[in-house]
Amino acid sequence: MTKTLNEILSAYEGNKSELIPLLQDVQANLGYLSEESIKEVSKFTGVSESEIYGVATFYTQFRFTPVGKKHIMVCKGTACHVKGAPQIIEGIERHLGIKEGEVTFDMEYSLESVGCLGCCALAPCAMVNDDVESNMTLKDIKKMFRRIERQSKADS
Amino acid sequence: MKYKQLLKESQEDYSLLEDKTVIAVGSATCGRSAGAQDISRVFMEEIANTDLDVELIEVGCIGLCYIEPVITIIKPGHPAIFYGQVTKKLAKQLVKEYLLGNNPMAEHALGTIGAEEIEEIPDLFATPVMKPQVRRILRNCGLIDPSNIKHYIARGGYSGLNSALQTKSERVIEQMKSSGLRGRGGAGFPTWMKWQFCVDSEGDEKYLICNADEGDPGAFMNRSLLESDPHSVLEGIVIASFAIGVKEAYIYCRAEYPLALERLKHAISEMRDMGLLGENILETGFDLDIKIKEGAGAFVCGEETALIASIEGKRGMPRTRPPFPTTAGLWGKPTVINNVETMASVSLIMKEGQEHFKEFGTAESKGTKTFSLVGNVKNPGLIEVPLGTTLREVIYDIGGGINNEGKFKAVQIGGPSGGCLPEEFLDTKIDYDSLTMAGAIMGSGGLVVMDQNSCMVDVARYFLEFIQNESCGKCVPCRLGTKQMLDILSDITMGKGKQRDNDLLRELSQGIRDGSLCGLGQTSPNPILTTLKYFEDEYISHIENKKCKALLCKELINYRVIEEKCEGCMLCLKSCPVGAVSGTKKHVHSIDTEKCIKCGTCIELCSGKYNAIERVSKY
Repeated sequence: MTKTLNEILSAYEGNKSELIPLLQDVQANLGYLSEESIKEVSKFTGVSESEIYGVATFYTQFRFTPVGKKHIMVCKGTACHVKGAPQIIEGIERHLGIKEGEVTFDMEYSLESVGCLGCCALAPCAMVNDDVESNMTLKDIKKMFRRIERQSKADS
Repeated sequence: MKYKQLLKESQEDYSLLEDKTVIAVGSATCGRSAGAQDISRVFMEEIANTDLDVELIEVGCIGLCYIEPVITIIKPGHPAIFYGQVTKKLAKQLVKEYLLGNNPMAEHALGTIGAEEIEEIPDLFATPVMKPQVRRILRNCGLIDPSNIKHYIARGGYSGLNSALQTKSERVIEQMKSSGLRGRGGAGFPTWMKWQFCVDSEGDEKYLICNADEGDPGAFMNRSLLESDPHSVLEGIVIASFAIGVKEAYIYCRAEYPLALERLKHAISEMRDMGLLGENILETGFDLDIKIKEGAGAFVCGEETALIASIEGKRGMPRTRPPFPTTAGLWGKPTVINNVETMASVSLIMKEGQEHFKEFGTAESKGTKTFSLVGNVKNPGLIEVPLGTTLREVIYDIGGGINNEGKFKAVQIGGPSGGCLPEEFLDTKIDYDSLTMAGAIMGSGGLVVMDQNSCMVDVARYFLEFIQNESCGKCVPCRLGTKQMLDILSDITMGKGKQRDNDLLRELSQGIRDGSLCGLGQTSPNPILTTLKYFEDEYISHIENKKCKALLCKELINYRVIEEKCEGCMLCLKSCPVGAVSGTKKHVHSIDTEKCIKCGTCIELCSGKYNAIERVSKY
């Protein structure tokens, strides 16, 4: 169950040191940091909105726009790079018709690249929500999406 | 509870497993992504159809990532047998053949652990991948259930903490000093000295932070250790806290490691239940609390002062030192920051003694070190070797050499602060000082092996792009200098390099090195300087001849069909995303170089079948 903003805030005391965990919690439950939620966090913690933006934009984890139902994070670590991650990202971009950092029109998929997922022995790899895709190849991209579709149909 | 009682209870619990058949499924992140959970399910289903009494447990990672999923079967009175690349079919067969019958299916086994031998199955630790390794930090990884604290205790876990708590804190620091332990995070600062600085600082309120923000791309040692044996790290944290006089410790762990975080949270709650955390630990009067902080994705937070700023809820930007964190750290109080592996080494030293720890290593670099061996090697995985082992032993003996019959070109060691070392450095010993001499650094332990298909200018560009993204922006040379260098390197890879570029890169490197505040900036030119030093010919051929030797830089190559080899199978034609391939069935195809976007799909499809498509130099 996702929590509402008030429910999230009620678990915190409002100290400045809680700012990052609080923002992480908001994003985990609401998907992204909206203007409204930042305003509320500012009132709650007493930290100015501009400072919150300053902190949030510093860290790559935070997003200010919603992501797709299936969020794909392609690893760009060294091992993945050496094994062809740039081509994989381009392949997924072509398949979905979006660029890195974008969301598909139907809000089903979003794509971003991340520093390193720590699955270097399985390079190139990516994460689709919480699942790791490993040893990816260009020719299997279509197959991967078919599998994701099947899985999401089965889940619903 | 006292330790003796805890040990007794744990051993009783653990020994219950001895009378049963146990199936241990390697379920760390690598295992899971290779399908370990499906394999567990198949075992459960198959066993449910029999009247066998089998215990299925999830263990961590033994480090053989290239043959995941890895499982172990231990029948009472028999040695443990490891199997790799276990499929659903093999799982079913194993139940039938080995659990119900007596055929261990030696052809699928990797090796055994245990006193007795099984015909046709080697001792796991005598196999080429394992033999050169000394598994001390990783002693429990892949062998115990990381979510069951009793497994850890039964194998001698927390005995180090117990002996630490029985003595004086000064004695613990002395132990660290005589062990010669140096920080495993990369810089190699003597651990005891850092602790002593903090002890000598004024004030009663002190903090310890365990840095689990493993940000180096190409490194995953800490993730594996936290997922496979979290208590070895947590025990080290408690011991260090006791030695320094800390009442509140933090673990700063990457949010990108969900399983490691889950295991840590679970392990901490187990510790509380067992009286190993909280008030009056092991009834000795020592109190400690450990909190987890999730990193939000900033490489620079591996730098101590930036990490502290991040825990305080600020932008993770480094500040000038001194004062060092051991004097004024978290909330302005004396703070020690130690890496995950350092903490696991501390629990090892307190358990086995400093003499045991010193058995391996070189004069200046003691003990063993874990590495993630990845890239173009046959057997990528998590390994542990004595410091002083050569790169050749690691890459060729453990790693099995270059995969796909490729040729070794370079090994990248130390991540974005490290460097690329060529073939003539293969006999370099892996220790702090030899690597620094060669222009790289030990770093946290990422080893990325590259073959002839890697372009060293592209690798340098890759690291600069990373650094440029991760620069916090505080120091101008790092913020703008890396941008300029990235532009120059991008130009070179696109064939727009100029004659003076190499000198300009060297000049900028010097400026960034001298003019940056923190380690990230100061070491960021290393990947460029090492590639310029050892692979300058590649830079020159890009600039002067517009040729990429590795045939990787897109702007400098074309794709071409090798007519003699093409059978006209239409596979590439159908899959080309831009319709650049033309031809008809059973007739030689051709590629329109104007349309071709060089995505690599055709070459991937054709390789291994006809090998009829190749990359050629454009100029």
